Amino acid sequence: MATKTTSLPPTRSLFTVLSLFGASDDKGRPIRKLPVRTLWSNWIIALVQLSILVTIVAGWELGATFGLIDKFFWSQPSAIFKTGVIFFTEGDAFTDIAFTFRSTLFGFFLGTTSGALLGMSFWWSRNYARIVQPYVICLESMPKLALAPLIIMVFGMGLASKVAIATALTLVVSTLTAWSGVQAVDRDQEKLFYSLGASRFQVFSKLIIPACIPWIISILRVNIGLALTGAIVGEFVSSQHGLGRTIIYAGQTYEIALVWVAVFVLSALSMVMYAAVAWLETVLRKGINQ
Amino acid sequence: MTARPKLVLENVSMTFQSDGKPFTALAPVDLEIPAGKFISLIGPSGCGKSTIFNIVAGLQPPSTGRVLIDGEDATGLIGRVGYMLQKDLLLPWRNVLDNVALGMEIRGVSMKEARARAMPLLERYGLGGFEYRYPGSLSGGMRQRAALLRTLLVDQDVVLLDEPFGALDAQTKSRMQEWLLQLFNDFGRTVVFVTHDVEEAVFLSDEIYVMASRPGRVIEKLPVDLPRPRDRAIVSTPRFVAMKKYCLDLLHMAEPADDLAA
Repeated sequence: MATKTTSLPPTRSLFTVLSLFGASDDKGRPIRKLPVRTLWSNWIIALVQLSILVTIVAGWELGATFGLIDKFFWSQPSAIFKTGVIFFTEGDAFTDIAFTFRSTLFGFFLGTTSGALLGMSFWWSRNYARIVQPYVICLESMPKLALAPLIIMVFGMGLASKVAIATALTLVVSTLTAWSGVQAVDRDQEKLFYSLGASRFQVFSKLIIPACIPWIISILRVNIGLALTGAIVGEFVSSQHGLGRTIIYAGQTYEIALVWVAVFVLSALSMVMYAAVAWLETVLRKGINQ
Repeated sequence: MTARPKLVLENVSMTFQSDGKPFTALAPVDLEIPAGKFISLIGPSGCGKSTIFNIVAGLQPPSTGRVLIDGEDATGLIGRVGYMLQKDLLLPWRNVLDNVALGMEIRGVSMKEARARAMPLLERYGLGGFEYRYPGSLSGGMRQRAALLRTLLVDQDVVLLDEPFGALDAQTKSRMQEWLLQLFNDFGRTVVFVTHDVEEAVFLSDEIYVMASRPGRVIEKLPVDLPRPRDRAIVSTPRFVAMKKYCLDLLHMAEPADDLAA
């Protein structure tokens, strides 16, 4: 069978349009070079970033001073700074930070490890996995934060309830991720282990667990954020300490400057924990990939 | 000389139910493989080569028949033969040394001793200097070497190799074949080798079983009476060329016509 050649429709009209935006040669082909992307050096980028920050803070400060921004609702940078100094020198700053930090960390470890174990345990029995999975998926779709008041009633106003909420948030994600890790294990790899005469336990400990570890590491960064959210929501509902409790308390008494202080401290805490987890992740990955 | 065969398949067959109809993956097969021989199975895809391997390795129960190793019934028992699958299946989180030691480790040999036993062999069989490298940084040929050493180090008399060089380029493949012959001479194992490559089968084997598909079955057993040790030059001898042609003709006949039309 002869090959049919399809000729392209004339495209001159298109080029005529394009030539409005750029030069074209006598055959109507556009004359165009590869776009050049220039990269500014780091210090220029940093300078621009800094000036944006200064503009926002200064604009806020001046706007509040001259009455363009309502101080009652938005407070102002100088007042926030003063409140911050008081919060750290005379207030409960360190108790609050420690409280939120602890509940986040406990919830993070508890949720991640128990979720990972639960997810990997599905490998042991297809029947067990098939029975339990719909429940896990239900839990996944349930808005767990909505259960916060109930969890506070059960676990009390102290640390335990915050840890429980943080755990609830991280557990299901970890379970599903670990289970994905189990499912991604090459069937032939299992076959190889069995051909070498391995027991089920040997396959689990020497193949399934190591194969799932990269999956579990990948969930750490997500989980630290979720755990912090859980801890703060727990403090919002009912607590005697913590940065979340400080925010709620300050909001209710219209101390907007204190709300801002607590939000900034919380952001700093979150960044520190995120950086620590990111570091942990690289260390663990290095340990695995040589 | 009538030594007892190392590996015997007695009336082994495999039938599946697919869409309510029985499908024969492997028609009853009888094989007798003498100790210390290199046997190849060749045939078109779907001829049941991998099914035979899975049954011998105990990974799949046969529908009928039994597998005897050294005269003992080994049907459905795992860990009685060394089995190397098509893929190298090295564990990416273990270095070469620990990958090669895996089989011994599963046997309950301490990690320290397993490493001590593997080390000199890595040196001897072309993986010297790669002991602490990870599989991700090795070439395909090196990975296959590691996988094969892992299989051989489990101390099984019978070794099943399922197209171990199928994915390698021609040059690496011929180097690996010579390397495998060296190992075969040194270790004195009974090897059953599956391949698509007729030249490879003739070059390596003492006997070739030619298989056909639909249903999977063995159609002919060919002794390869070429002298050992063999070197690469043998492939252009008239004897070799005649063997190869004969095998190709058999395979051609074995292939159902509709496969060619498709």
